[in-house]
Amino acid sequence: MAYVSYICGPVVEVALEGESVKLYELAYVGDAALVAEVVEVSKNRAVLQIYENSEGMRLKEPVRFSGEMFCAYLGPGLLGTVFDGIQRPLEKIGDKIEKGTAVYSLDTKTSYRFIPSVSVGQMVKEGEFIGEVMEYGLVHRLTLPPGVEGEAVYVASEGEYAILEEILRIDNGFSMTMVQKMPLRAPRPFVTRESPKELLVTGQRIIDFLFPIAKGGTASIPGGFGTGKTILQQTLAKWSDADVIIYVGCGERGNEMTEVLEEFPELNDPRSGKKLIERTVLIANTSDMPVSARGASILLGLAIAEYYRDMGYHVALMADSTSRWAEAMREISGRLNELPAEEGFPAYLASNIAAIYERAAMVGTLGGKIGSVTIVGAVSPPGGDLSEPVTRNTRRYTNAFWALDRGLASARFFPAINYSQSYSAYAEMLKEWWIEIDEKAIELREWMLELLQEDSSLQKIVKLLGSEALPEEQKLTVEVASLIKEVFLQQNAFDPVDAYSSPQRVLKMAAIIKTVHHLWTRCHKEEKIPVDVLKSQPVITEFARSKYEITNEELGRYDELHEKIVKNYENLIQEYGG
Amino acid sequence: MFIEYKGALSIKGNLLFFETVAGVGYGEKVVVKYGGREIYGRVAALGEKVTLIEMLGETHGIGVDDLQVRFSGEPFKIAVDESMLGRAFDAFGEPVDAIGPIIAKKRVDIAGSAYNPARRLHPKEAVNTGISAIDGLNTLLKGQKLPIFALSGVSTDELVAQIVRQIKSGTEKSAVLFAAIGIKHENAEYFLKNIMASGQRHKTALFLNRADEPSVNSLLLARSALTLAEYLAFEKEYDVVVVLYDMANYCDALREVSAKREEIPSRKGYPGYMYSDLASIYERAGIFKEKKGSLTQIPVLTMPDDDITHPIPDLTGYITEGQIVLDRGLHQAGIYPPVNILPSLSRLMNKGISKVHQREANQLYAAYAKAKRAQMLASIVGEEEISEIDKSYLKFAKVFEREFVSQGNYENRSLEHTLETGWRLLRMLPDSELTRLKPEDIEEFIDGSEEQNGASRA
Ligand SMILES: Nc1ncnc2c1ncn2[C@@H]1O[C@H](COP(=O)(O)OP(=O)(O)OP(=O)(O)O)[C@@H](O)[C@H]1O
Ligand SMILES: [Mg+2]
Repeated sequence: MAYVSYICGPVVEVALEGESVKLYELAYVGDAALVAEVVEVSKNRAVLQIYENSEGMRLKEPVRFSGEMFCAYLGPGLLGTVFDGIQRPLEKIGDKIEKGTAVYSLDTKTSYRFIPSVSVGQMVKEGEFIGEVMEYGLVHRLTLPPGVEGEAVYVASEGEYAILEEILRIDNGFSMTMVQKMPLRAPRPFVTRESPKELLVTGQRIIDFLFPIAKGGTASIPGGFGTGKTILQQTLAKWSDADVIIYVGCGERGNEMTEVLEEFPELNDPRSGKKLIERTVLIANTSDMPVSARGASILLGLAIAEYYRDMGYHVALMADSTSRWAEAMREISGRLNELPAEEGFPAYLASNIAAIYERAAMVGTLGGKIGSVTIVGAVSPPGGDLSEPVTRNTRRYTNAFWALDRGLASARFFPAINYSQSYSAYAEMLKEWWIEIDEKAIELREWMLELLQEDSSLQKIVKLLGSEALPEEQKLTVEVASLIKEVFLQQNAFDPVDAYSSPQRVLKMAAIIKTVHHLWTRCHKEEKIPVDVLKSQPVITEFARSKYEITNEELGRYDELHEKIVKNYENLIQEYGG
Repeated sequence: MFIEYKGALSIKGNLLFFETVAGVGYGEKVVVKYGGREIYGRVAALGEKVTLIEMLGETHGIGVDDLQVRFSGEPFKIAVDESMLGRAFDAFGEPVDAIGPIIAKKRVDIAGSAYNPARRLHPKEAVNTGISAIDGLNTLLKGQKLPIFALSGVSTDELVAQIVRQIKSGTEKSAVLFAAIGIKHENAEYFLKNIMASGQRHKTALFLNRADEPSVNSLLLARSALTLAEYLAFEKEYDVVVVLYDMANYCDALREVSAKREEIPSRKGYPGYMYSDLASIYERAGIFKEKKGSLTQIPVLTMPDDDITHPIPDLTGYITEGQIVLDRGLHQAGIYPPVNILPSLSRLMNKGISKVHQREANQLYAAYAKAKRAQMLASIVGEEEISEIDKSYLKFAKVFEREFVSQGNYENRSLEHTLETGWRLLRMLPDSELTRLKPEDIEEFIDGSEEQNGASRA
């Protein structure tokens, strides 16, 4: 039997005794049967990466190769569950993650009501829906795994089944239960890649309106420590209009996962009214867990995401933080004595990053549905330096870039998205989407961006000389920009009313500010009313407060406010004119 | 007894290449004996022919002939027991205070293992330190890890000693473990005097390793202290606060060890795995379901060159739940403790304080931020040129620093006192500036306060 011949941290060498071993094959190492993956093979020797702590392991301990790739277990019961990076359900494990703990990923006892959609004698092929069960409120469609085809010789009749009971058999002997095993590294096949044209509504004004992400798109959130990456990802996980959320805590704090686990069962999904946890899968590879499992945690998240995608759902995956995954890659690469490229990262850093983000897509599935996987990855650049390799390469492979800014964060301006550094390639593709909602939307957006840009250059003077030094006209621009920033862009994730803005509300708010801009300009032109007077009208304060008061359901109140503002300044013009 | 083996092949720095002995475990503790000296070591890599032993001690003058190694068959462990409170230890958990040996039933692996986040509870209860800048504006919660980013030459020892003296979790069973990592003799003396000699002695334990010890000991020391802390917190139901001082020494030790192993360095020579290594320390804080005790961490680190982007504060900030940042300018202006409020943050605080306290803290922060901008402007255009409002902010900043942030080294302020001081300062500003407060706060604490009434009577 193969045995351990060299140990150095998570990397072990195995002497083979005739076993034929494949790359990325799953293996169990040592007396404790630690989970490991083959990362190098030669004739009589293999190198394995252990996903658990190898302390205490001895030479000559046996190694068992499983004969299959490292797989995700996919089936009903994923939603609402928290797994570690190698898919052990954490709720079923003790206070500490002891090595060698083996627990089946899914709950095998719960039974689900299976409703078949194929019948005996029917020809079935890969990706085809063969039946469904209800997983919380979601129709969990069971599909024939990729690569399988034939005539159904047995189909379970409608009724209650546990997930490991047979539900279908085909003439070539293939039999399936509700659980599929899918190799982690292999993307799930699909038929067509659709171009992104639907907004992933996040309810975050600065994102949806200025730097939007499409369903099936990719975004990165780079930012130094404490700039708000995690809160932003949690906010997106709460409010995005995806059907399923995969939240991967990769090498980050245990307490942050705990927080999601405590909060999400209490919060309602604004659209379905279900508990948020019921549409969420959590994967927690916290920073104190074995480094080697970090890569697996993101791949596991992707495997689960694609599984739900193929049922015809929109899935959003949050990965916090991809930098920790890249660092794990660097560490393992170092232990394998590979030649380092930039900053010690292996030369394949870029291609590995690409391999992750390329799995985001809106697709036509094998089963004939449309589904998508959206990926949002946080990046933690050392010292907040956005030119470091992980940030740079992530930027190459993601289309929306939400750069978080230390200055904004320390001014407690949240979300601390730096609007001059950030961009989104989806803005262009989503124009139609916004125009559907309101034909003026694009015009409004362009006005806002332009004004913010003008403001940016004026701010340089303000910094040096104070805003008093500006001529009235420019002061006006600065003050309107300040309204945009304070009222529109700034959004309090912890305020029940402000936390989520529907696209309609976003437009109402933006339109009011544009009207204010217009009115102020008129007041200034016609009656030379000082900007200090204009900005300190009580209606402005009322508008500023309204984001904490007017809910998404009572947008009529914005129309009233809009009118009130117009009247206020018309009166002012008359007063000054008279 | 364990057999002692001969078989040293070569020595390089503190790495010993040794003929492999059957049955040895990866990571296990060994004792290297040479000419009457005993040095601890650890199995760092294990091959069929050669075992790599990392020696955790001074390797000066050691040769391969006559060198013997004893394999312990287990990882580094320390004894843990309640009787260890009131005592002082070295990095290996051995008493150094001449009171005698520790009698303990239990010995525990100091490496610890990962906590299950599904078994944690999110911290939600405040711990008071009696220091306004912390309790009022950067509240520490039970189970939180909140570091102090210190500067060399800036009253850090006093602040650390004051926190250790004053910290209160509000429960009977509390303990403070002080891990002095690679500190200088005179600082060690200071802490021994200040902490062990105070009335808190019976609930304090000191782990001490000095700057002139082999630096690798620092790596063990932090873990030894945390191992006792976990035992007291999660098996004996104590509310434990662990102060790790100075984590910069820890990181430098890590760098040294890594350099000796000839690993590829990452930024500034620190190893690429420093983040994970630090996380294996900081993540040992927390509270858990069905467990009474708690483990709170206050790591203290001196920022090299006052640079917050240096890998040591940077990686720490990426793991901990906020940071208290000290400031040289405040120190020079005679403010003690010189806490710079603006970059400081307790990320968990809102879960452990009242809504009113949240709004007050928010308002104080916002006002101070505005005051700082006014100061900046005044320094450019002159104090006369700025607006009346800005002038009142200038005044606010001065009083805020002198009366809120600053306090006596032995002054233990109650939370009430801290909050009242905050309200008093906010009264210096016009109501219209207090936009972070609710109308009812203004009514109760600003307009309706006794002082205001008193002022109007006068
Ligand atoms: N949208 C927000 N609204 C209010 N406060 C926020 C917001 N985002 C961030 N914060 C504040 O900033 C702190 C840090 O945010 P967060 O934990 O998201 O940072 P991070 O970028 O993930 O940091 P790290 O890299 O260290 O994990 C929070 O604890 C909170 O105090
Ligand atoms: Mg974070």
